[in-house]
Amino acid sequence: MSDVQQLKPKDFKSNQEVRWCPGCGDYSIIAAVQKTLAQSGVAKENVVMVSGIGCSSRFPYYMDTYGFHGIHGRANAIATGIKTANPDLQVWVITGDGDGLSIGGNHMIHSLRRNVDLKVVLFNNEIYGLTKGQYSPTSPRGLKTKTTPYGSVDAPFNPVQLALGAGATFVARTLDVRPKHLQAVLKAASEHKGAAFVEVWQNCVIFNDGAFKGWTEKAVRDELTIDLEPGQPMIYGKDKDKGLKAVNWRLERTTADDAGIWDPDHECPAAAFAMAQLDNDPEMPRPMGIFRRVSNPTLDALVHEQIDSVTEKRGPGELKDLIYTPDCWEVG
Amino acid sequence: MSTEVIRQDDVTIRFAGDSGDGMQLTGTQFTDTTAKVGNDLATFPDFPSEIRAPAGTRAGVSGYQVHFSSSDIYTPGDAPDVLVAMNPAALIINYKDIKPGGIILVNTGSFQANDLKKAQLDSNPLEDDTLSGYRVIEEDINQRTIEALEGTELSKKDVLRCKNFYTLGMMYWLFHRPIDPTLDWLEEKFKSKPQLIDANCRALKAGYNHGELLRLFQGRYEVPKVTDAPAGTYRNIMGNQSVAIGLVAGAHLAGLKPFLGSYPITPATDILQHMSVLKNYDVITCQMEDEIAGICTAIGASYAGHLGITTTSGPGLALKSEAVGLACITELPLVIVDVQRAGPSTGLPTKVEQADLLQAVFGRNSEAPVPVLACSCPADGFDCAVEACRIATEFMTPVILLSDNYIANGAEPWLLPKMEDLKEFKVEFTTDPEGYWPYRRKENLARDWAKPGTPGMQHRIGGLEKDAATGAVSHDPENHQFMVETRLQKVLNVADTIPTPEYFGPENPDLLVVGWGSPYGAIRAATEAMQADGASLGRIQLRHIYPLPHGLEEIFASAKRILIPEMNMGQLARLLTSEMPQFKFESFHKVKGKPFMAPELKTRFAEILEEMA
Ligand code: SF4
Repeated sequence: MSDVQQLKPKDFKSNQEVRWCPGCGDYSIIAAVQKTLAQSGVAKENVVMVSGIGCSSRFPYYMDTYGFHGIHGRANAIATGIKTANPDLQVWVITGDGDGLSIGGNHMIHSLRRNVDLKVVLFNNEIYGLTKGQYSPTSPRGLKTKTTPYGSVDAPFNPVQLALGAGATFVARTLDVRPKHLQAVLKAASEHKGAAFVEVWQNCVIFNDGAFKGWTEKAVRDELTIDLEPGQPMIYGKDKDKGLKAVNWRLERTTADDAGIWDPDHECPAAAFAMAQLDNDPEMPRPMGIFRRVSNPTLDALVHEQIDSVTEKRGPGELKDLIYTPDCWEVG
Repeated sequence: MSTEVIRQDDVTIRFAGDSGDGMQLTGTQFTDTTAKVGNDLATFPDFPSEIRAPAGTRAGVSGYQVHFSSSDIYTPGDAPDVLVAMNPAALIINYKDIKPGGIILVNTGSFQANDLKKAQLDSNPLEDDTLSGYRVIEEDINQRTIEALEGTELSKKDVLRCKNFYTLGMMYWLFHRPIDPTLDWLEEKFKSKPQLIDANCRALKAGYNHGELLRLFQGRYEVPKVTDAPAGTYRNIMGNQSVAIGLVAGAHLAGLKPFLGSYPITPATDILQHMSVLKNYDVITCQMEDEIAGICTAIGASYAGHLGITTTSGPGLALKSEAVGLACITELPLVIVDVQRAGPSTGLPTKVEQADLLQAVFGRNSEAPVPVLACSCPADGFDCAVEACRIATEFMTPVILLSDNYIANGAEPWLLPKMEDLKEFKVEFTTDPEGYWPYRRKENLARDWAKPGTPGMQHRIGGLEKDAATGAVSHDPENHQFMVETRLQKVLNVADTIPTPEYFGPENPDLLVVGWGSPYGAIRAATEAMQADGASLGRIQLRHIYPLPHGLEEIFASAKRILIPEMNMGQLARLLTSEMPQFKFESFHKVKGKPFMAPELKTRFAEILEEMA
């Protein structure tokens, strides 16, 4: 028998009562994260959950790991500090569309560009929940909210495109109502070395109920979404009869037999961008799964490699040498 | 005939030229050499905020003042003895500051009609009586440099760029300084560009030799080295540098690795630059995307068990203030350095002011008390930075260290601390899960620090108020009041660990001068001079601004009147009035983007003493 204790998902639950609204999509996400951590075999003390402000940001309190509930929008920056200081920790950022893409947009793009080894889970419910229902940077045009009583006139962000544009080395999308898919994507994200960005479609039952229903309901799901399987043909449809293939830099619909192979691991991000672009075409299915997964050196590792190489060259710094430099002189 | 050597104990030189003329470099080279000669010194660089304001204009003038002496000095000098003016704009802006009868060395090579026009001059000040009353020495330094570099392959433009070294050579001759340190520096600086080493060395030597040959000056000056300086090892240091070294030293004394999260901002950037070099001291530096990210990464690093540090100036501190509150409520150690500059908003970013004091003490939402300290001169930056690290780690709190532009860029000899005097204050992380909760406190009220990675100690902290007894999120009214009071009391407890400031002066003085920050030097020079003449005048200097040290009441009560000179509209006076309403604090303020001068302080002190007589 192994002496490493096999942890169960419930071992990652803290003693705090979970206070999301009944029916909120957050419940399924936290269950999937707990399962993922349990299966991965990571020690509880080596996991840090970092969040900003919003409904999703209460997440760390519900996990029996280390946790830091920060300030609005700054989770990525706080997490960058934690991970860079101690790269042995597995650091997760739990954020939302308002927290991570509006007030924290700057930190989001820069942490992705730096390829800090963070697992960023962005709960996208296309609304501000904690402040009780104002439109967010992912709300679709025309959405009526408390601050857009006549409909929103803002153009929304596409989180996947934003992450791809910022240079994230792992970009994926999943959804709260498909726990298996959710867990598979989170597992892939947790295994990725580098900045992993996961957009989760999350239903806010209170302020934006059914925002994704048009794609996620059982009746339409198979026709209106496509699961991206690395190395597999791009096929979808209830009967798995439809497919996608690349034509002239774009993805076009075709039959399943003619479908191209999905390769998120290719160095060139063009296919991932083309895939993310499908959201804008009502005729096309919305892609779910891994858009991009490439390997690049991480910031945290590079920082320490540099410290090691300078230290090797110059020798470990002694406090005395810091103060008493060769240009000093004696008096008396 | 040999040149006459005139002994002088105290000299102030101001180098002034276009920002492209290399005056800062000339000044720092002169300073470094002067430090090596063994003079006491103080410097004041003064440059425009534009990197390259239009050449030759008044806006583009850059100056560097260095005061050196055979005895202890505390300021970069009042009226300079010598002005080096590389162009008409530099001359016209600076000549009025020079001592009557002082030397003005003018580079006539840059006094063509066009140069005068750029400086908005209708007539040539060398040809009218503008400079009567000064000893004007005219030399075509451009031409002399071209001659000195004859045969070089450098372009004419590059040749002319060596004129500052020619000028430096002349000054080295005039003040009996060796040229070797600068020759060595050039060798190192242009290691990969032998042509530039050769050209600048030749210009420097030519300037030095021409001092002798051209007999431009009436004599040479000798400023003997300081003989009564305290024994020990010295090093020439600038304020930003000493703070950088102090932060690294402080972290090491705490047994932690320093982590600097920062964003470039004038005049604090140098600290980030200095610390970035020190990687082999286990220093992590991250230049982040903005000020907020700078402090937030530092907070994250502290949570992970490093000593988080962030450096900035006033506008950056404003951006960071929400995160300072986060560090307060999560009770993590954090050192925040604010190198103050002048004006609200962008203001005068390269000029000096001390107007962030109230921002540092109070500038956060709700009750978020933070210890605040201020360094008084470039060398003091080290001790203050170490002290900030001590308070941050001993009390698990963010600490704000105030410096300013004048300290940051000024230089002076630093009497290095003896290694055995640097006392460790090692942090002990909590590792025993038995009975642990995140807000369990020590006697001084600092909470126990457990870092991620420690088995069995998993806990959550954050910006929401926590229950004092369990560490869980709490909205309980009684608990909130208790936590607010506890956080305040913890910060007030810092006062039990700091000394009462030393009082210098006669017993029961008529006038007590209270200083904080960089006016220290001018205050000290002015009071010491007046005390020597028997004035009933004393002074103290505050390093700890919040909480205030114990023992001040007695000092204040001993004086008839109390005056606070500060480069703001009376912020310390306001703070002291609210803390100790039984005393009357008078304010003497200056907000010109320029430091106090000893003479203006003397005048004010004398006025007050006269009123009282
Ligand atoms: S308001 Fe919406 S997002 Fe927030 S907890 Fe309730 S259902 Fe979830």
